[in-house]
Amino acid sequence: MEAIKNLLFRMADDELIYGHRMSEWTGMGPIMEEDIAYSSMAQDKIGHALANYSILEKEFQTANPDKLAFFRKENELMNCQLVELSNHEYDFSLVRHFLFDHADFIRYEMLSTSSFAPLAQLSKKIKGELKYHVLHADTWLTRLGNATDESHARMQSALNELWNYALGIFEPSDYEAQLIAEKIFDGEKVLQQKWIEKISPIIEKANLKIPSSSSPVYGGRKGYHTDQLQPLLTEMAEVISSEAEGTEW
Amino acid sequence: MTATVFNQQEIYKSLEEVMDPEIPTLSVIDMGMITGVEETGTGVRVKMIPTFTACPAIHVIKDSIQKKVESLGYENVEVQLDDSIVWDSDRITPNGKILLENFGLGTPKRHCGNFGIEEIAHSKCPHCGSEDTTMNSIFGSTLCRSTHFCFSCKQAFERFKPV
Repeated sequence: MEAIKNLLFRMADDELIYGHRMSEWTGMGPIMEEDIAYSSMAQDKIGHALANYSILEKEFQTANPDKLAFFRKENELMNCQLVELSNHEYDFSLVRHFLFDHADFIRYEMLSTSSFAPLAQLSKKIKGELKYHVLHADTWLTRLGNATDESHARMQSALNELWNYALGIFEPSDYEAQLIAEKIFDGEKVLQQKWIEKISPIIEKANLKIPSSSSPVYGGRKGYHTDQLQPLLTEMAEVISSEAEGTEW
Repeated sequence: MTATVFNQQEIYKSLEEVMDPEIPTLSVIDMGMITGVEETGTGVRVKMIPTFTACPAIHVIKDSIQKKVESLGYENVEVQLDDSIVWDSDRITPNGKILLENFGLGTPKRHCGNFGIEEIAHSKCPHCGSEDTTMNSIFGSTLCRSTHFCFSCKQAFERFKPV
Protein backbone atom coordinates (compact mmCIF):
# COMPACT_ATOMS: atom_id res chain seq x y z
CA MET A 1 0.00 0.00 0.00
CA GLU A 2 2.79 2.45 0.88
CA ALA A 3 4.42 1.49 -2.41
CA ILE A 4 1.40 2.47 -4.50
CA LYS A 5 0.84 5.65 -2.51
CA ASN A 6 4.45 6.67 -3.05
CA LEU A 7 4.15 6.04 -6.79
CA LEU A 8 0.92 8.03 -7.02
CA PHE A 9 2.39 10.97 -5.10
CA ARG A 10 5.46 11.07 -7.33
CA MET A 11 3.30 11.11 -10.44
CA ALA A 12 0.68 13.55 -9.15
CA ASP A 13 3.27 16.00 -7.86
CA ASP A 14 5.16 15.90 -11.17
CA GLU A 15 1.94 16.74 -13.04
CA LEU A 16 0.91 19.46 -10.60
CA ILE A 17 4.22 21.30 -10.55
CA TYR A 18 4.91 20.85 -14.23
CA GLY A 19 1.37 21.93 -15.09
CA HIS A 20 1.95 25.18 -13.26
CA ARG A 21 5.29 25.74 -14.93
CA MET A 22 3.67 25.15 -18.33
CA SER A 23 0.85 27.55 -17.51
CA GLU A 24 3.41 30.32 -17.07
CA TRP A 25 3.58 30.49 -20.87
CA THR A 26 -0.07 31.48 -21.07
CA GLY A 27 -0.05 34.93 -22.63
CA MET A 28 3.74 34.80 -22.98
CA GLY A 29 4.30 32.31 -25.82
CA PRO A 30 6.62 33.30 -28.67
CA ILE A 31 3.78 32.78 -31.16
CA MET A 32 0.08 32.41 -30.53
CA GLU A 33 -0.02 28.71 -31.43
CA GLU A 34 2.59 28.02 -28.76
CA ASP A 35 0.75 30.13 -26.24
CA ILE A 36 -2.30 27.95 -26.85
CA ALA A 37 -0.30 24.72 -26.90
CA TYR A 38 1.32 25.32 -23.51
CA SER A 39 -1.98 26.45 -22.02
CA SER A 40 -3.70 23.29 -23.27
CA MET A 41 -0.95 21.02 -22.04
CA ALA A 42 -0.93 22.79 -18.67
CA GLN A 43 -4.65 22.11 -18.38
CA ASP A 44 -4.07 18.44 -19.18
CA LYS A 45 -1.29 18.17 -16.59
CA ILE A 46 -3.34 19.71 -13.81
CA GLY A 47 -6.19 17.38 -14.76
CA HIS A 48 -3.82 14.42 -14.58
CA ALA A 49 -2.61 15.58 -11.16
CA LEU A 50 -6.21 15.82 -9.98
CA ALA A 51 -6.97 12.32 -11.28
CA ASN A 52 -3.98 10.85 -9.42
CA TYR A 53 -4.77 12.74 -6.18
CA SER A 54 -8.36 11.52 -6.51
CA ILE A 55 -7.18 7.90 -6.57
CA LEU A 56 -5.16 8.63 -3.41
CA GLU A 57 -8.23 10.04 -1.71
CA LYS A 58 -10.59 7.31 -2.85
CA GLU A 59 -8.38 4.25 -2.39
CA PHE A 60 -6.16 5.34 0.51
CA GLN A 61 -8.31 7.89 2.37
CA THR A 62 -5.75 10.70 2.13
CA ALA A 63 -6.74 14.37 2.37
CA ASN A 64 -8.76 15.70 -0.56
CA PRO A 65 -7.00 16.75 -3.80
CA ASP A 66 -7.09 20.50 -2.99
CA LYS A 67 -5.38 19.91 0.34
CA LEU A 68 -2.81 17.61 -1.24
CA ALA A 69 -2.07 20.11 -3.96
CA PHE A 70 -2.01 23.35 -2.00
CA PHE A 71 -1.30 22.62 1.65
CA ARG A 72 1.65 20.28 1.75
CA LYS A 73 5.08 21.50 2.72
CA GLU A 74 7.86 21.73 0.20
CA ASN A 75 9.68 18.71 1.68
CA GLU A 76 6.52 16.60 1.39
CA LEU A 77 6.38 17.00 -2.39
CA MET A 78 7.87 14.14 -4.38
CA ASN A 79 8.19 15.67 -7.83
CA CYS A 80 11.51 15.39 -9.62
CA GLN A 81 13.53 18.59 -9.69
CA LEU A 82 13.34 18.81 -13.49
CA VAL A 83 9.72 19.97 -13.38
CA GLU A 84 10.18 22.63 -10.71
CA LEU A 85 12.97 24.62 -12.40
CA SER A 86 11.92 28.17 -13.29
CA ASN A 87 11.24 28.94 -16.92
CA HIS A 88 13.50 31.36 -18.64
CA GLU A 89 14.16 31.10 -22.38
CA TYR A 90 11.74 29.24 -24.61
CA ASP A 91 14.36 26.71 -25.72
CA PHE A 92 14.79 25.65 -22.09
CA SER A 93 11.05 25.04 -21.68
CA LEU A 94 10.84 23.19 -24.96
CA VAL A 95 13.69 20.79 -24.21
CA ARG A 96 12.32 20.14 -20.71
CA HIS A 97 8.92 19.42 -22.28
CA PHE A 98 10.53 16.94 -24.70
CA LEU A 99 12.51 15.15 -21.98
CA PHE A 100 9.72 15.00 -19.42
CA ASP A 101 6.79 14.17 -21.67
CA HIS A 102 8.45 11.21 -23.30
CA ALA A 103 9.11 9.73 -19.86
CA ASP A 104 5.58 10.58 -18.76
CA PHE A 105 4.01 8.99 -21.84
CA ILE A 106 6.01 5.77 -21.45
CA ARG A 107 5.23 5.67 -17.72
CA TYR A 108 1.48 5.76 -18.35
CA GLU A 109 1.83 3.30 -21.19
CA MET A 110 3.58 0.87 -18.81
CA LEU A 111 0.98 1.50 -16.11
CA SER A 112 -1.93 0.79 -18.43
CA THR A 113 -1.36 -2.92 -17.69
CA SER A 114 -0.75 -2.39 -13.95
CA SER A 115 -2.21 -4.90 -11.49
CA PHE A 116 -3.56 -1.90 -9.56
CA ALA A 117 -6.80 -1.50 -11.49
CA PRO A 118 -7.65 2.17 -10.75
CA LEU A 119 -4.26 3.28 -12.04
CA ALA A 120 -4.38 0.96 -15.06
CA GLN A 121 -7.73 2.39 -16.09
CA LEU A 122 -6.62 5.99 -15.63
CA SER A 123 -3.40 5.34 -17.53
CA LYS A 124 -5.27 4.04 -20.58
CA LYS A 125 -7.03 7.38 -20.72
CA ILE A 126 -4.05 9.59 -20.01
CA LYS A 127 -1.66 7.99 -22.48
CA GLY A 128 -4.05 8.86 -25.32
CA GLU A 129 -3.91 12.51 -24.28
CA LEU A 130 -0.12 12.55 -23.82
CA LYS A 131 0.30 11.37 -27.39
CA TYR A 132 -0.36 14.97 -28.41
CA HIS A 133 2.15 16.37 -25.92
CA VAL A 134 4.90 14.13 -27.24
CA LEU A 135 4.03 14.93 -30.83
CA HIS A 136 4.21 18.64 -30.07
CA ALA A 137 7.60 18.28 -28.40
CA ASP A 138 9.05 16.17 -31.23
CA THR A 139 7.88 18.60 -33.89
CA TRP A 140 9.57 21.60 -32.30
CA LEU A 141 12.71 19.79 -31.19
CA THR A 142 13.45 18.57 -34.72
CA ARG A 143 12.40 21.84 -36.31
CA LEU A 144 14.56 24.09 -34.12
CA GLY A 145 17.44 21.64 -33.91
CA ASN A 146 17.70 21.85 -37.70
CA ALA A 147 16.78 25.50 -38.32
CA THR A 148 19.45 28.18 -37.84
CA ASP A 149 22.85 28.11 -36.15
CA GLU A 150 21.42 30.07 -33.28
CA SER A 151 18.38 27.84 -32.76
CA HIS A 152 20.57 24.74 -32.95
CA ALA A 153 23.06 26.14 -30.43
CA ARG A 154 20.27 27.13 -28.07
CA MET A 155 18.63 23.70 -28.21
CA GLN A 156 21.94 21.94 -27.61
CA SER A 157 22.78 24.21 -24.71
CA ALA A 158 19.36 23.63 -23.12
CA LEU A 159 19.79 19.88 -23.56
CA ASN A 160 23.20 20.04 -21.84
CA GLU A 161 21.76 22.06 -18.99
CA LEU A 162 18.73 19.82 -18.45
CA TRP A 163 20.12 16.35 -19.07
CA ASN A 164 21.16 15.51 -15.50
CA TYR A 165 17.86 16.82 -14.17
CA ALA A 166 16.01 14.65 -16.69
CA LEU A 167 17.85 11.59 -15.41
CA GLY A 168 16.51 12.56 -11.98
CA ILE A 169 13.00 11.65 -13.20
CA PHE A 170 14.05 8.03 -12.69
CA GLU A 171 15.33 8.34 -9.13
CA PRO A 172 14.50 4.94 -7.65
CA SER A 173 12.07 4.76 -4.75
CA ASP A 174 12.40 2.49 -1.70
CA TYR A 175 9.63 0.37 -3.20
CA GLU A 176 10.99 -0.60 -6.60
CA ALA A 177 11.30 -4.34 -5.84
CA GLN A 178 7.84 -4.51 -4.36
CA LEU A 179 6.19 -2.61 -7.23
CA ILE A 180 7.85 -4.95 -9.72
CA ALA A 181 7.06 -8.14 -7.77
CA GLU A 182 3.41 -7.18 -7.39
CA LYS A 183 3.21 -6.23 -11.07
CA ILE A 184 2.11 -2.72 -10.23
CA PHE A 185 4.89 -1.01 -12.16
CA ASP A 186 7.97 -2.36 -13.93
CA GLY A 187 10.13 0.20 -12.15
CA GLU A 188 12.15 3.33 -12.87
CA LYS A 189 15.07 1.42 -14.35
CA VAL A 190 12.98 -0.17 -17.10
CA LEU A 191 11.27 3.17 -17.70
CA GLN A 192 14.60 4.93 -18.13
CA GLN A 193 15.79 2.26 -20.56
CA LYS A 194 12.66 2.58 -22.70
CA TRP A 195 12.95 6.37 -22.54
CA ILE A 196 16.54 6.40 -23.81
CA GLU A 197 15.58 4.04 -26.64
CA LYS A 198 12.68 6.28 -27.60
CA ILE A 199 14.32 9.70 -27.44
CA SER A 200 17.77 8.88 -28.85
CA PRO A 201 16.72 8.67 -32.52
CA ILE A 202 14.63 11.82 -32.21
CA ILE A 203 17.53 13.75 -30.68
CA GLU A 204 19.68 12.49 -33.52
CA LYS A 205 17.09 13.58 -36.06
CA ALA A 206 17.17 17.02 -34.45
CA ASN A 207 20.92 17.07 -35.08
CA LEU A 208 21.56 17.30 -31.33
CA LYS A 209 23.84 15.26 -29.08
CA ILE A 210 23.14 13.65 -25.74
CA PRO A 211 25.81 14.91 -23.28
CA SER A 212 28.61 12.35 -23.02
CA SER A 213 29.00 12.48 -19.27
CA SER A 214 26.07 12.26 -16.94
CA SER A 215 25.35 12.48 -13.25
CA PRO A 216 21.65 12.26 -12.35
CA VAL A 217 20.22 14.92 -10.05
CA TYR A 218 18.40 12.94 -7.38
CA GLY A 219 16.61 14.19 -4.28
CA GLY A 220 13.30 15.46 -5.57
CA ARG A 221 11.55 12.13 -5.01
CA LYS A 222 12.63 12.23 -1.35
CA GLY A 223 11.48 15.81 -0.78
CA TYR A 224 14.76 17.63 -1.43
CA HIS A 225 14.15 20.49 -3.81
CA THR A 226 15.86 23.46 -5.43
CA ASP A 227 15.22 26.98 -4.16
CA GLN A 228 12.94 27.46 -7.17
CA LEU A 229 10.09 25.31 -5.83
CA GLN A 230 9.00 27.21 -2.71
CA PRO A 231 8.25 30.50 -4.52
CA LEU A 232 6.06 28.52 -6.94
CA LEU A 233 4.20 26.78 -4.10
CA THR A 234 3.61 30.11 -2.39
CA GLU A 235 2.21 31.56 -5.58
CA MET A 236 0.02 28.51 -6.27
CA ALA A 237 -1.56 28.68 -2.80
CA GLU A 238 -1.90 32.45 -2.69
CA VAL A 239 -5.62 32.54 -3.40
CA ILE A 240 -6.71 29.46 -1.47
CA SER A 241 -4.69 30.56 1.59
CA SER A 242 -6.35 33.96 1.60
CA GLU A 243 -9.79 32.46 2.22
CA ALA A 244 -11.18 30.96 5.40
CA GLU A 245 -11.18 27.16 5.47
CA GLY A 246 -14.29 25.68 3.91
CA THR A 247 -14.92 28.61 1.58
CA GLU A 248 -17.08 27.48 -1.32
CA TRP A 249 -16.09 28.71 -4.76
CA MET B 1 -45.86 12.60 -4.95
CA THR B 2 -45.30 9.09 -6.27
CA ALA B 3 -42.06 8.37 -8.04
CA THR B 4 -42.19 7.99 -11.81
CA VAL B 5 -42.03 4.41 -13.14
CA PHE B 6 -38.56 3.70 -14.54
CA ASN B 7 -38.47 4.10 -18.28
CA GLN B 8 -34.96 3.79 -19.66
CA GLN B 9 -35.84 4.87 -23.18
CA GLU B 10 -37.52 8.03 -21.92
CA ILE B 11 -34.41 8.94 -19.92
CA TYR B 12 -32.09 8.36 -22.88
CA LYS B 13 -34.38 10.50 -25.02
CA SER B 14 -34.28 13.32 -22.46
CA LEU B 15 -30.47 13.24 -22.38
CA GLU B 16 -30.49 14.21 -26.07
CA GLU B 17 -31.35 17.66 -24.74
CA VAL B 18 -28.37 17.90 -22.38
CA MET B 19 -25.70 19.75 -24.34
CA ASP B 20 -21.92 19.79 -24.11
CA PRO B 21 -21.14 23.32 -22.84
CA GLU B 22 -18.12 23.63 -25.14
CA ILE B 23 -20.05 22.58 -28.26
CA PRO B 24 -23.61 23.60 -27.42
CA THR B 25 -25.24 21.97 -30.45
CA LEU B 26 -24.05 18.50 -29.41
CA SER B 27 -25.73 16.45 -26.70
CA VAL B 28 -24.07 14.11 -24.24
CA ILE B 29 -25.66 11.26 -26.25
CA ASP B 30 -24.11 12.49 -29.55
CA MET B 31 -20.75 12.73 -27.78
CA GLY B 32 -20.97 9.14 -26.54
CA MET B 33 -20.57 10.25 -22.94
CA ILE B 34 -23.40 8.17 -21.47
CA THR B 35 -22.43 4.60 -20.61
CA GLY B 36 -25.53 3.43 -18.78
CA VAL B 37 -28.95 4.28 -17.37
CA GLU B 38 -30.05 1.96 -14.58
CA GLU B 39 -32.77 1.57 -12.02
CA THR B 40 -31.52 1.52 -8.45
CA GLY B 41 -33.60 0.37 -5.47
CA THR B 42 -34.87 3.87 -4.84
CA GLY B 43 -34.20 5.83 -8.01
CA VAL B 44 -32.10 6.17 -11.13
CA ARG B 45 -28.39 5.99 -11.85
CA VAL B 46 -26.91 7.57 -14.97
CA LYS B 47 -23.35 6.54 -15.73
CA MET B 48 -21.14 8.86 -17.78
CA ILE B 49 -17.54 9.38 -18.86
CA PRO B 50 -15.67 12.64 -19.48
CA THR B 51 -14.16 13.21 -22.92
CA PHE B 52 -10.84 14.45 -21.49
CA THR B 53 -9.38 13.84 -18.02
CA ALA B 54 -9.03 17.57 -17.49
CA CYS B 55 -12.46 18.49 -18.88
CA PRO B 56 -13.41 21.60 -16.90
CA ALA B 57 -17.08 21.21 -17.79
CA ILE B 58 -17.58 17.86 -16.13
CA HIS B 59 -19.38 19.20 -13.03
CA VAL B 60 -21.64 21.38 -15.15
CA ILE B 61 -22.52 18.39 -17.32
CA LYS B 62 -23.18 16.16 -14.30
CA ASP B 63 -25.51 18.76 -12.81
CA SER B 64 -27.34 19.25 -16.10
CA ILE B 65 -27.92 15.50 -16.44
CA GLN B 66 -29.22 15.27 -12.88
CA LYS B 67 -31.61 18.20 -13.31
CA LYS B 68 -32.88 16.87 -16.64
CA VAL B 69 -33.69 13.42 -15.24
CA GLU B 70 -35.26 14.95 -12.13
CA SER B 71 -37.45 17.11 -14.38
CA LEU B 72 -39.04 13.87 -15.65
CA GLY B 73 -40.26 13.24 -12.12
CA TYR B 74 -37.63 10.75 -10.95
CA GLU B 75 -36.35 10.87 -7.39
CA ASN B 76 -32.92 9.92 -6.04
CA VAL B 77 -31.14 10.57 -9.30
CA GLU B 78 -27.48 9.79 -9.14
CA VAL B 79 -24.95 10.67 -11.86
CA GLN B 80 -21.88 8.53 -11.55
CA LEU B 81 -18.53 8.81 -13.33
CA ASP B 82 -17.93 5.45 -14.93
CA ASP B 83 -14.26 4.57 -14.65
CA SER B 84 -14.63 1.22 -16.40
CA ILE B 85 -14.84 2.76 -19.87
CA VAL B 86 -12.36 5.10 -21.56
CA TRP B 87 -13.82 7.73 -23.87
CA ASP B 88 -12.40 8.01 -27.36
CA SER B 89 -13.51 9.90 -30.46
CA ASP B 90 -14.97 6.70 -32.01
CA ARG B 91 -17.75 7.08 -29.45
CA ILE B 92 -19.12 10.20 -31.20
CA THR B 93 -22.28 9.09 -33.03
CA PRO B 94 -22.68 9.52 -36.82
CA ASN B 95 -25.28 12.19 -36.06
CA GLY B 96 -22.80 13.82 -33.69
CA LYS B 97 -20.25 14.08 -36.51
CA ILE B 98 -22.78 15.81 -38.76
CA LEU B 99 -23.58 18.25 -35.95
CA LEU B 100 -19.87 18.91 -35.40
CA GLU B 101 -19.44 19.77 -39.07
CA ASN B 102 -22.48 22.04 -38.98
CA PHE B 103 -20.92 23.74 -35.96
CA GLY B 104 -17.86 24.42 -38.13
CA LEU B 105 -15.50 21.78 -36.80
CA GLY B 106 -13.61 19.14 -38.76
CA THR B 107 -14.32 15.62 -37.53
CA PRO B 108 -12.06 12.70 -36.64
CA LYS B 109 -12.29 9.52 -38.72
CA ARG B 110 -13.12 6.24 -37.06
CA HIS B 111 -9.76 4.81 -35.97
CA CYS B 112 -10.47 1.77 -33.74
CA GLY B 113 -7.65 2.77 -31.40
CA ASN B 114 -4.98 2.86 -34.06
CA PHE B 115 -3.97 6.14 -35.68
CA GLY B 116 -0.80 8.07 -36.41
CA ILE B 117 0.38 11.52 -37.31
CA GLU B 118 -1.22 11.38 -40.78
CA GLU B 119 -4.69 11.07 -39.29
CA ILE B 120 -3.95 13.71 -36.65
CA ALA B 121 -2.58 16.18 -39.21
CA HIS B 122 -5.15 15.79 -41.96
CA SER B 123 -8.72 17.01 -41.79
CA LYS B 124 -11.37 17.66 -44.39
CA CYS B 125 -12.47 21.32 -44.36
CA PRO B 126 -15.85 21.60 -42.60
CA HIS B 127 -16.71 24.72 -44.58
CA CYS B 128 -16.14 23.71 -48.22
CA GLY B 129 -15.39 19.99 -47.97
CA SER B 130 -11.94 20.29 -49.54
CA GLU B 131 -9.18 17.86 -48.61
CA ASP B 132 -6.55 20.49 -49.52
CA THR B 133 -5.83 21.60 -45.95
CA THR B 134 -2.94 21.83 -43.52
CA MET B 135 -2.64 21.65 -39.75
CA ASN B 136 -1.34 24.77 -38.00
CA SER B 137 -1.20 23.38 -34.49
CA ILE B 138 -2.24 20.21 -32.71
CA PHE B 139 -3.75 22.38 -29.96
CA GLY B 140 -6.70 24.73 -30.19
CA SER B 141 -9.20 26.76 -28.21
CA THR B 142 -10.27 23.75 -26.13
CA LEU B 143 -8.49 20.50 -25.25
CA CYS B 144 -10.49 18.57 -27.83
CA ARG B 145 -9.55 20.74 -30.83
CA SER B 146 -6.62 21.25 -33.21
CA THR B 147 -6.26 24.22 -35.59
CA HIS B 148 -6.10 23.95 -39.40
CA PHE B 149 -6.23 25.99 -42.58
CA CYS B 150 -8.01 25.27 -45.85
CA PHE B 151 -6.14 26.25 -49.06
CA SER B 152 -9.31 25.93 -51.11
CA CYS B 153 -11.64 28.34 -49.31
CA LYS B 154 -8.82 30.17 -47.49
CA GLN B 155 -10.48 29.74 -44.13
CA ALA B 156 -8.95 28.77 -40.81
CA PHE B 157 -10.91 26.08 -39.00
CA GLU B 158 -10.75 23.90 -35.93
CA ARG B 159 -11.14 20.18 -35.79
CA PHE B 160 -12.30 17.79 -33.13
CA LYS B 161 -9.17 15.70 -32.51
CA PRO B 162 -8.97 11.97 -32.95
CA VAL B 163 -8.41 10.59 -29.46
